Amino acid sequence: MSDLRELYQEVILDHYKRPRNFQKLEGANRHAEGHNPLCGDQITVYLHMDGDVIKEISFQGAGCAISQSAASLMTTTLRGKTRAEAEELFKKFHEMVTGDGSAADPMELGKLAVFCGVSEFPVRVKCASLPWHTMRAALEGKDDAVSTE
Amino acid sequence: MKHAAHQRVTEEACQDCLVGFGPEKIREDFPALRLKVHGKPLVYLDNAATTQKPQVVIDALTRYYTEENSNVHRGVHFLSQVATQAYDGGRTRVRRFLNAAHDHEIVFTRGTTDGINLVAQSYGRKHLRPGDEVIISAMEHHSNIVPWQMICDEKRANLKVVPITDAGELRLDEYERMLTDRTKLVAVVHVSNALGTVNPIREMIALAHRRGIPVLVDGAQAIPHTPLDVQEMDCDFYAFSGHKLFGPTGIGVLYGKAELLEAMPPYQGGGDMISAVTFEKTIYNTLPYKFEAGTPHIAGVIGMAAAIEYVERIGRNQIAAYEADLLAYGTELLSAIPGLRLVGTAKEKVGVLSFVVDGIHAHDIGTILDMEGVAVRAGHHCAMPVMKRLGVPATARASVAFYNTRADMDALAKAIHKAIEVFA
Repeated sequence: MSDLRELYQEVILDHYKRPRNFQKLEGANRHAEGHNPLCGDQITVYLHMDGDVIKEISFQGAGCAISQSAASLMTTTLRGKTRAEAEELFKKFHEMVTGDGSAADPMELGKLAVFCGVSEFPVRVKCASLPWHTMRAALEGKDDAVSTE
Repeated sequence: MKHAAHQRVTEEACQDCLVGFGPEKIREDFPALRLKVHGKPLVYLDNAATTQKPQVVIDALTRYYTEENSNVHRGVHFLSQVATQAYDGGRTRVRRFLNAAHDHEIVFTRGTTDGINLVAQSYGRKHLRPGDEVIISAMEHHSNIVPWQMICDEKRANLKVVPITDAGELRLDEYERMLTDRTKLVAVVHVSNALGTVNPIREMIALAHRRGIPVLVDGAQAIPHTPLDVQEMDCDFYAFSGHKLFGPTGIGVLYGKAELLEAMPPYQGGGDMISAVTFEKTIYNTLPYKFEAGTPHIAGVIGMAAAIEYVERIGRNQIAAYEADLLAYGTELLSAIPGLRLVGTAKEKVGVLSFVVDGIHAHDIGTILDMEGVAVRAGHHCAMPVMKRLGVPATARASVAFYNTRADMDALAKAIHKAIEVFA
């Protein structure tokens, strides 16, 4: 049970059951779709960019607790961040969930640190990173859907 | 562990079988079933994906590579003759297992997918014309959808899909209506991998044959669970995989009626499938070699033959009766879990319990069950259209084999309760 609780932390379950910023964003000037064909997780990330700053961010989608809570927590973290800051957070987040971020300071990730348990579940890494890949595609203004495969 | 209900079922269904069915004894034959996962005894319920291998299969592979390894059909030397004998013996064993009329109606393939592609690319390419139709069902695995899409696109033919009910049963009335003069082939799954539905194959074949339409049956999920007689069924093609039948991966069988196979062009060119080659002209070999280009998977055939021998020794009627009881037990157990809904509730079902739980995604169920040692598949089961039809993005799927027990079902139910607890 302890291993499971490390993966399914209360914060994760809370964001899964009550996702924040879960709507289509009126006035979005960027958006991208992400898809994990292995498990069917789907996500759309909407951005309202003001120059280089993420003024608003929201998402819609369906999928597992990890992917949906990762998306929810991502949106609460990225509002007001610059593009460079978002990229940097993604890099640290990715290092944490893949388990190769021994140097990463959990404090820098704030609430996102609840996903540290994912590194013990390699097949779930794609669930946690799908929203972030999708966000980056939206930042880059790519029209193609992002796929984990 | 002898359960009264199980005793009753096996006795009723198998009165001529004197040997009792003991899963505990059978489990000893499968080394993988002794594994521990995350510190818990493995409860392997992913048999629809692939089955575990009995020691006799592992031994047959080891023996071949240790004592018999050689190429077949070409050497005059001793080892080549030993290998050829074992390989050809494998074909005869498959023929008897299916009750096919001739050894040369048994074509060795890489698996079910390979067999279906063979028929699509050979029979389909030869016979399909623009406007013709191929009929499949809404519950097909991608392997019985995509090969037909490919050849239909190429030939400007149309793929028609027989609808299913909410319970996951094929609409036989619709199927009958869809059979027309334009229909050139029916390709249908015997048992659905995602739902466990057993299709009314005999009726479907009879209806197609009334119009002179041949029928290919995807038997990947049926073969480990149900006795099969291809002559009695009267199918024109029957494809299955060795690895779902307790044999090795990478080997499978395409059964085809001789007159159909003989009229079909080769699928791939190469060695073994020729009788004479010049740069001007090649004369193809006879059946079944015409469809077996290149050095075959000799070890695979030998391993699959050992698996078939093992299954025959247990008895396919015994297996079917035992599994029916096990599935009924599991269905009852899972149905009693609050918030759980079984997906696929056909009257005729084998092997599969596909389900969703309110508020918990199948992927999360899969992870939590795994931590309890319970191996299930979570996802769309390579059958995305049927998931869409039934309105679920994904399901968790527990699939049984004859080595599973009621204790495995109890462990499954217990692990599902744990998942519900985690998400409460």
